[in-house]
Amino acid sequence: MQDDLLNMDCRELRDGIAAGRIKSITVAEAVFERIEQYEPIVGAYITTFKEHALAKAEEIDAQITAGKQVGQLAGVPIAVKDVLCTTFGATTCASKILENFHAPYNATVIEKLLSADAVIVGKTNMDEFAMGSSTENSGLKQTVNPWDTSRVPGGSSGGSTAAVAGRLCFAALGSDTGGSIRQPASFCGVVGLKPTYGRVSRFGLVAYGSSLDQIGPITRTVADSALMMNVIAGHDPADSTSVDEKQAPVCDYLEKLDEPVKQLKIAVVPQFNAGAESQVQTAIADAIDVYKNLGAEIIEIEMPHLDYAIAAYYIVATAEASSNLARYDGVHYGHRSENAEDYIEVYSKSRAEGFGKEVKRRIMLGTYALSSGYYDAYYLKALKVRSLIRSDFTKAFENCDCIMMPVSPTTAFKIGEKTDDPLKMYLSDVYTIAANLAGVPAVSIPCGFDENNLPIGLQILAPAFGEDRLLRIARMYEARTDWHKKKPAIV
Amino acid sequence: MSNFPYKVVVGLEIHVQLCTKTKMFCGCAVEFGQPPNSRVCPVCLGMPGVLPVMNKQAFEHSVLVALALNCKIAEFTKWDRKSYYYPDLPKNYQISQYDLPLGANGFIEIPLDGGRTKRIGITRVHLEEDAGKNLHTAGNFSQVDLNRAGTPLLEIVTEPDMSSAAEVRALAVELQRMVRFLGVSVADMQKGHMRFEPNINLVITKDGSEYKTPIAEIKNLNSFRALERSVAVEEQRQLDEFLETGRVMGMGNKTTRGWDDAEQTTVLLREKEEAHDYRYFPEPDLVPVEMNERWLNDIKAGLCELPIKKQMRYVNEYNLSDYDAGVLTAERSTAEFFVQVVDAGGEPKRVCNLLTQAGLKLANEKVCSVAELGITAGNLAELAKMIEAGTVSASAGNTIMQEMVKSGAAPETIAEELNLMQKSDTGELETIVDEIIAANPKAVDDVKSGGKKCKKAHGFLLGQVMQKTKGQANPQIVSQILAEKLN
Ligand SMILES: [Zn+2]
Repeated sequence: MQDDLLNMDCRELRDGIAAGRIKSITVAEAVFERIEQYEPIVGAYITTFKEHALAKAEEIDAQITAGKQVGQLAGVPIAVKDVLCTTFGATTCASKILENFHAPYNATVIEKLLSADAVIVGKTNMDEFAMGSSTENSGLKQTVNPWDTSRVPGGSSGGSTAAVAGRLCFAALGSDTGGSIRQPASFCGVVGLKPTYGRVSRFGLVAYGSSLDQIGPITRTVADSALMMNVIAGHDPADSTSVDEKQAPVCDYLEKLDEPVKQLKIAVVPQFNAGAESQVQTAIADAIDVYKNLGAEIIEIEMPHLDYAIAAYYIVATAEASSNLARYDGVHYGHRSENAEDYIEVYSKSRAEGFGKEVKRRIMLGTYALSSGYYDAYYLKALKVRSLIRSDFTKAFENCDCIMMPVSPTTAFKIGEKTDDPLKMYLSDVYTIAANLAGVPAVSIPCGFDENNLPIGLQILAPAFGEDRLLRIARMYEARTDWHKKKPAIV
Repeated sequence: MSNFPYKVVVGLEIHVQLCTKTKMFCGCAVEFGQPPNSRVCPVCLGMPGVLPVMNKQAFEHSVLVALALNCKIAEFTKWDRKSYYYPDLPKNYQISQYDLPLGANGFIEIPLDGGRTKRIGITRVHLEEDAGKNLHTAGNFSQVDLNRAGTPLLEIVTEPDMSSAAEVRALAVELQRMVRFLGVSVADMQKGHMRFEPNINLVITKDGSEYKTPIAEIKNLNSFRALERSVAVEEQRQLDEFLETGRVMGMGNKTTRGWDDAEQTTVLLREKEEAHDYRYFPEPDLVPVEMNERWLNDIKAGLCELPIKKQMRYVNEYNLSDYDAGVLTAERSTAEFFVQVVDAGGEPKRVCNLLTQAGLKLANEKVCSVAELGITAGNLAELAKMIEAGTVSASAGNTIMQEMVKSGAAPETIAEELNLMQKSDTGELETIVDEIIAANPKAVDDVKSGGKKCKKAHGFLLGQVMQKTKGQANPQIVSQILAEKLN
């Protein structure tokens, strides 16, 4: 019974709670019971808010009993990546430098979740400052993949995807700078959506690469992603880069979700897919066949500049990161070295002690790329590549509704397999990075398993602000397949 | 000593604190003199996850100044991050404008002696956020006050077009007057609302060749006096140094100096222009600002006649001295009040005297502007007319003005109450003059005899009459009666 409860999707759950059929407190207790049992194995959370969450659940039940209207996520236990500022609990970014940092404000998306009556269960583990593809760069703990505990959950939102896959929450928020929602979603067999840049407010999202970062939902079904988008999407006056809704209206993403897109035209990029493992390639081809059988037209296109995406990304993202992370200096908040003799040492020692290896590597890369004498050759060139990639997408979308490709060239790899080779790790972002550089939305949905029973993800990319159609396209596949219903053995 | 002719070359970098209600990128109030760290929020504290939102008013204020400085206004500007580590800079980068300033290629006219003006080029005008303040009060630690962090700061860079300390001062004063006229800054020097950094060097002619001394930049001057003195002192220092060492300008030998006010010297801060690498790059958290014609026109509507134009017009139109016109146009409200009083019938010179003497003194005491003293233009014009007609003396005029501020009564009422009306009744005055003539035969003789003593004796008799009337006689009329009776 409890398992049935934990396997419900958010929409069913919310409607059950709102109608009084299910008690919010029962759900919250079930989630925490499961967390007590499985969290020691999975390690998805940095912080959990049991007391807080149970109190909120009771409050929602009381409101329902009193006949009051409740929000779109009433009583739904949700986890948030620990890169989002909350006034409750610490906001660590999985870094020692912020281990004890308590934010004085809530991120806009947190405010939105709270006003939709979500029950926030806890804050999830991640690669430190969202830099990584396996969650192994967390400075605080290790998260494993619920499908195979000897493997990584992907990253950087690995805690969120592991929690959703492991039934340690019903849905989660992640952030995606170069694939950090989609890649771990594919590794953990869940749905992960990176919205269009500017669709969701970044206010309160601790910045990694400001021009690339975007918050998005991680769920077990496409419908739940649509529901989460209904709550978090929209303009925020506190974020100048969030888009004016007059220019790009937000819609009810659930309303037409089950309506298939007519005369669907899908583009594939053969030149680009060849780098994936054969089992991944097969799964993607099979997925595209499903669409073909639904009457979609498949076209092959070229995107000549995608080959340069990784190079451009690691310059733009690290350049912005080098500046964004300059504030963690031990002067105003966060870790301060006890061994500093003067203010220069407060900086150098606090940062040397507080940041992990990968973060330091990216700060150095970015600092170098912005240095005088190198700026034109690196940063400026990367911006040029970025605009070429953008125009590749603009051209591509003139002839198709969406582009389909793998999320990751491989399925979940072994813990420790790539930690000694950062370049190899960077290459695992090869399919996801372009969407961030171009700012377009992209979703990862489960589309099969490899011989080790590890999930494979199909990535669908759509034109900017086309989340409604993107989710409908994803739903067309989900409605025909059962991959999303498969559960990890530990569940 | 040197007999080599030389020219001084000075360019100026000016920072002006804008008087917006809130900070540049957050909603905190811009208020000075408050308890440390009481005007701060997560955004200006540089907390994780915060984002800046541009203060539109600050941008419009800046464009207004750029327009007044005859700059070309950029149709497209963006924000850039300037990176450096310092405890008063919470993010360790400053949001500024690098390669696309909001205004460029302008000029300013500055007043020189004798009503002449000089045109100084303006290289660029851009907007940025200010840093906080490090306080080194006591002990082996420092404290940081971030109330000022994130307040809007306008940076103006001039061409090296000034050729004396006096010109540098004139530009600074003119700029102060201008930003006050435009209402974009309080420009209070004592509160650090304006800070100056001159770049100075000399071009010396020696044996038919020109030699340029190394450029020195003097940091952080916040008074006109310090600015002018430091430039003059640095001029002499560079000349001395050249004569001693022959050092000339070369790659990387620009120095940074500070001003020691107690010693009245410039002191070396950094020998070589430090190879500062600020790693500028476009601020990804803000969208570029695009200026369209409609918006620009709205901003242009805030322009007014600039102080130097007004000053020159007052000289021509009202026959005032350049000095008087300068005093009147130091503040916009004073200048405008002057015109109101003149339009109400006051004779310009009389009105000017009232405003610049009693008026400024009273305004100083009350810490307000002359226009805010509470005197109506009509009443002040009336007072000017009374002085002009000789009904009251000029000095009584000042006393009456003081009373007008206190009671708000009309000048005539006050003059009567205080018995300050001058006696112009010829009949009454003739009687008194006769008495004085009768009592002072010696002086009368001196006047009648003409010659050297005549003028002095006339003055003596006039004085006697004034004494007798307790200063209420109109001296011009008394003088006339005396002359008639003794000739
Ligand atoms: Zn603030």
